Amino acid sequence: MNAPVILDRRRVLAGGGALIFSFSLTSAFAQDQAPGAAPAPKPPGSLATTPYLDSWIRIDADGGITVFTGKAELGQGLKTALQQIAAEELDVAFETLKLVTADTRLTANEGYTAGSNSMKDSGAAIQNAAAQVRELLVAEAARRLGQPAEGLRTENGAVISANGKRLTYGDLVAADMLHVQAQPKSKLKDSATFKVMGQSIPRVDIPAKVTGGAAYVQDMRLPGMVHARIVRPPSYGAQLTECDTAAIEKLPGVIKIVRDGNFLAVVAEKEFQSIKAMNALSAAAKWKETASLPKQDDLLKVLTSLRSQDFTIFEHSNPAVTGQKTIEATYTRPYQSHGSIGPSCAVAHFTDGAMTVWTHTQGVFPDRQGIAEMLRMPPASVRLIHVEGSGCYGHNGADDAAADAALIALALPGRPVRVQWMREQEHGWEPYGPAMVTKLKASLDGNGKIADWNFEVFSNTHSMRPGGAGSMLAAQHMAQPFAVPEPKPLPLPDGGGDRNAIPFYNFPNARVVHHFIPEMPLRISAMRALGAYHNVFSIESFMDELAALAGADPVEFRLKHLDDQRGRDVIEKAAQGFGWKAGQTPPLDRGYGFAFARYKNHAAYCAIASEVEVNRETGRPRLVRAVAAVDSGQVINPDGLINQIEGAIVQSMSWTLYESVTFDATRITSIDWQTYPILRFNAVPDSIEVHIINRPGQPFLGSGETGQGPAAASIANAIANVTGKRLRDLPLTRKRIKDAIDA
Amino acid sequence: MTGPSRIIASVIVIALVAGVVAAFAIAWQPAIAAIDPPAPQAFDAALVKRGRDLAAIGNCSDCHTVRGARNFAGGLPVPTPFGTIFSSNITPDAETGIGRWSEAAFRRAMRSGVNREGQHLYPTFPYDHFTNVSDEDDRAIYAFLMTRQPVHAPARANQLSFPLDQRPVIAGWKLLFLRRDAYQPDSTKSAEWNRGAYLVAGLAHCGACHTPRNALGAERVSAQFAGGDVDNWHAYAINDKSRSPVPWDADALYAYLRNGWHPDHGTARGPMAEVVANLSQVADSDVRAIAVYMAEISGAPTPDRKRQGEAALAQAKSPPAQATQANPAGASIYAAACASCHETGRPLPYGGVNLGLSTAISGPDPRNLVNILLSGVRAVEGERSPIMPGFAASMNDTQMAGLLNYLRARFSNQPAWTGVEKTIADARRTETVLLQTSAGPRSAPADPTQRDKP
Amino acid sequence: MMTLKVNGHDHQVDADPDTPLLYVLRDDIKLNAAKFGCGLGQCGACTVIVDGKAVLSCVTPLVLLEGKQVTTLEGLGTIGAPAPIQRAFMEEQAAQCGYCIAGMMMRAQALLQRNSKPTDEQIRAELEPHLCRCGTHMRILRAVHRAARLMDTADAASTGRSAP
Repeated sequence: MNAPVILDRRRVLAGGGALIFSFSLTSAFAQDQAPGAAPAPKPPGSLATTPYLDSWIRIDADGGITVFTGKAELGQGLKTALQQIAAEELDVAFETLKLVTADTRLTANEGYTAGSNSMKDSGAAIQNAAAQVRELLVAEAARRLGQPAEGLRTENGAVISANGKRLTYGDLVAADMLHVQAQPKSKLKDSATFKVMGQSIPRVDIPAKVTGGAAYVQDMRLPGMVHARIVRPPSYGAQLTECDTAAIEKLPGVIKIVRDGNFLAVVAEKEFQSIKAMNALSAAAKWKETASLPKQDDLLKVLTSLRSQDFTIFEHSNPAVTGQKTIEATYTRPYQSHGSIGPSCAVAHFTDGAMTVWTHTQGVFPDRQGIAEMLRMPPASVRLIHVEGSGCYGHNGADDAAADAALIALALPGRPVRVQWMREQEHGWEPYGPAMVTKLKASLDGNGKIADWNFEVFSNTHSMRPGGAGSMLAAQHMAQPFAVPEPKPLPLPDGGGDRNAIPFYNFPNARVVHHFIPEMPLRISAMRALGAYHNVFSIESFMDELAALAGADPVEFRLKHLDDQRGRDVIEKAAQGFGWKAGQTPPLDRGYGFAFARYKNHAAYCAIASEVEVNRETGRPRLVRAVAAVDSGQVINPDGLINQIEGAIVQSMSWTLYESVTFDATRITSIDWQTYPILRFNAVPDSIEVHIINRPGQPFLGSGETGQGPAAASIANAIANVTGKRLRDLPLTRKRIKDAIDA
Repeated sequence: MTGPSRIIASVIVIALVAGVVAAFAIAWQPAIAAIDPPAPQAFDAALVKRGRDLAAIGNCSDCHTVRGARNFAGGLPVPTPFGTIFSSNITPDAETGIGRWSEAAFRRAMRSGVNREGQHLYPTFPYDHFTNVSDEDDRAIYAFLMTRQPVHAPARANQLSFPLDQRPVIAGWKLLFLRRDAYQPDSTKSAEWNRGAYLVAGLAHCGACHTPRNALGAERVSAQFAGGDVDNWHAYAINDKSRSPVPWDADALYAYLRNGWHPDHGTARGPMAEVVANLSQVADSDVRAIAVYMAEISGAPTPDRKRQGEAALAQAKSPPAQATQANPAGASIYAAACASCHETGRPLPYGGVNLGLSTAISGPDPRNLVNILLSGVRAVEGERSPIMPGFAASMNDTQMAGLLNYLRARFSNQPAWTGVEKTIADARRTETVLLQTSAGPRSAPADPTQRDKP
Repeated sequence: MMTLKVNGHDHQVDADPDTPLLYVLRDDIKLNAAKFGCGLGQCGACTVIVDGKAVLSCVTPLVLLEGKQVTTLEGLGTIGAPAPIQRAFMEEQAAQCGYCIAGMMMRAQALLQRNSKPTDEQIRAELEPHLCRCGTHMRILRAVHRAARLMDTADAASTGRSAP
């Protein structure tokens, strides 16, 4: 983990029988090609942008196989899942594969590891690349054996003929054999024959994590490495007016103080020396601050009064249907923190004019672009290598820490520099999940069905990820600063603030407006599920309000408005697993809630039923149990999928019941776990049950973010069920619940 | 909060000295006729709301609710050297609660410590204070309790040995110490002061902890608010004997009682944390009234004390003094274990009070400080609240004593404590070190005076 | 210079007496398991065992460790020969990002060493100082229960525990 993975390409190329590759790809896949199709169809997933097979899979002469992905392990189990896919389609033993993840020198540029897209992008690319590589190997074997390919089979890293002759992949691979472009379609295995995919293979990263192995960028120790700490400004826009560093330079172990405008850092031989020096430097630094933050307790007014660009993103009308009873409601979500347990960290090494940065960024390529721009170096001279960090749940301080390390390393050529943020820096400077406001209005027709639906969402962009230098704090703080790039709404169908704003239900009349707010009073960016968290919370809470108006059972009411069969299936599965019955009475002080969404309206389906207990005197809520059903297409690793959904429910519960970033006119005031409390063990549910609906042979739909919105709404609906009061402002705190009960 | 052990001790003395002599006429109380539990709707909503506030001022739920169990259903064990007394079910359950109590029966319990059936109640229930509660306020509290959720929870039998398990002996104690006076307003004082005096002496029962008790376990009227002992904590003197480095005034008291902390004094801990959690929910005017009255009780500081307070504040704001060389080990422990929060300059309640302002370090003995050091301050579930790690596992008694001596020498102008190691050993043994932070809705103040460096 | 006993070995450590144990473990002794999470004793990621008790290494200065035995996750077992608690966490797949896990495991280990059959409630109460952001709590609880069973079996099979 410490050392960069170096794959010797010459060794790869020198392998095998060295016969000149003369196989005709066109004929091999001729049967898959649509005759006369005008624009050439593209291969699936990230193969479309990185088509060479050897960008994904390389085979050594000794049969060693390395799989490459431009995506990163974030603790979501990505490595294991991708390795399963490759092992399945290549027909090799799972444990024999080597996997290289995001590295600007070695892997494909797959952008960010985000949006629950890894399986759709990289999983599909590796699956298809592996299938095509296997086909090439079989064809080569057929050629060598003089037998038709149809009579050959593959098993455990070898091609085997009908008469038992065995040629290993190492024997078969030759020179540039895999340096060919992928075909649009592959001969994928029949899912019924899967041996590795669909199995709960234990995660490859867990053994090191539970035995103290080097597992994280925080654990890297390069020869000659030194430790740096940053002194961040006390607030957004603060200017460093004076800083006498003379005394600090004399502190034990201090090597260098790096100052560039408002960027201030100290480097020391040992880690704790750097912290002591940071404290001294922080005391010496004087800043001029400006009060620029909005009113924390009036976000509804703040957001709805900021200038916005308005887009009607969905409109559907059927004048034949008109509403009779109308209700409206406004829902709000505060700024929320990613709150990684391990503050962001990076190691950078500048040597011989080249910069190498080890980072837990979600996007090594875009981050490289930003760092190269900041350092005014050609991107080719900058290499970013992903090494795991603490879980990030979106764009946290990872990219900023990488930029910090690079900027400091530039000032200390030859010495690897490790930077780790302090707790208050992570909490105070990470780009938060944006605050949001949604306004809903709907009517029921005479039959208790929704006749019309109006949905408006007010929000910032949901991604200020790097690409340019201006996205990163170090570059913003330099004497010659880089401007923060202009925020843009993220395009649909994925969307940003409007992710999942368009209802997945069938409504005869519907209109959805996205009020995109360019101005960003707080530093914000992508947080798990983006706008879908609040939009699903709003839609699914409002669906319950409408069900109540119609006098209908919440589950039946949803089914009444949903044609999509897979959606209906997860709803029915969750309801059945929970023991949901229309008109049921929960035990004393308990309530039941239900919610459903299809993430991004085109990814995984998820329905969650929950039971919540509320203490009527204190208002304290407790999630007692939750039952989820999920359809994520073809399942690669069932236990991994369950782990993701369990985690989504528990994390979303913490967001939903407890969390909001706090600030005064000048500074962020939620800067640690006292001021930004999250779930602790005393509030962990009694049980969480996840039911998977597997769809063999169907495309991978991803799973990382699908649970966030439904979990929130399901809990909110259960609270409304037990208290009889509807809470529409996140978080649904004890105090708000108590006030509602007492009102 | 009361000092149960002292009350029990008093009961023993009564039993031996005066008990049997106590007139049967006093011991005998009639039952009051049972009623059908009234429907919750029978009570006026405004009355219930007022009762909620009064019940919070009276701290009812803390003794009548077992953590994590049903509200007001009783069953909280109060361990004493003589046995254990369990709090009673005060939900309107007909069988096991007070569902069949009329308002008159409830008022008699509050005033005289007698239940509906006519039995004497142990004075762990502080009716010696509740005597002054007005009819009107008793009515509101009754309305509040009768509209709670009824919970079937039979009383747990007290674990007391003879003769303490004989309720008539309580009558003797009452004869000596129970004053049945209604509150008499002082017309020379403001309405706010009078309100404060009424609450402090009555419902809030502040003296139950903060007034020392005599040999018979009753509060010493002559030493009112001079500091008492409760559950292995010292309830500080809150009269002119206060040892707080900075003298209290009405504004500081108000902020402390309302928010649970004050920048010049620190954060409420131990049993007081529960009190401030309750006070954070009640009418602002009542908290203000309590503060105004108590400020007069503690009196205007002497010029000397005022000067010392200003000096302590000035020192807290100046750069940290050099560590005392006499105790390098204590200084090292302080630097790594304490200063990382207490010396960051970060304001309360999240920064940790500058220890030069801490009453615990200037106090007569180190008990409270030891309690906090051992167990720390736990996070309140899902709410902004101060957190301090406990050090019971990482420091042995000698190391902790070294730290305490260092803190005392550096941060107070008081003589060294004696018997520090014994205090630590005792505190480790005591199972009743109930450290809990307030569950009150205290949130990070969002004004510029409460800033910190991100 | 002082001698620090870690995982059964003596280490000569050249660090100030007020240096928190966390930095000595990571920087001087080059161990990975104890993690920096907050440096304030609020999250539990840095937890190690000192003389059988779970201790937050980020607020425990070196000066307190004279003559004491420090155990980190590395001292319990290895990938090849995992301790019962490590096996349990592997078998339950009780990690997502895993950053908080080493600290959790150490507190659970200390709990199991003094109480071999803790109730679910006791485990939850014990782990209260620890934060997990991925939401792996359900698995962590299952893993601690499993570890208790595994230790029981190990105890029955041999006279001593496999872990210190």
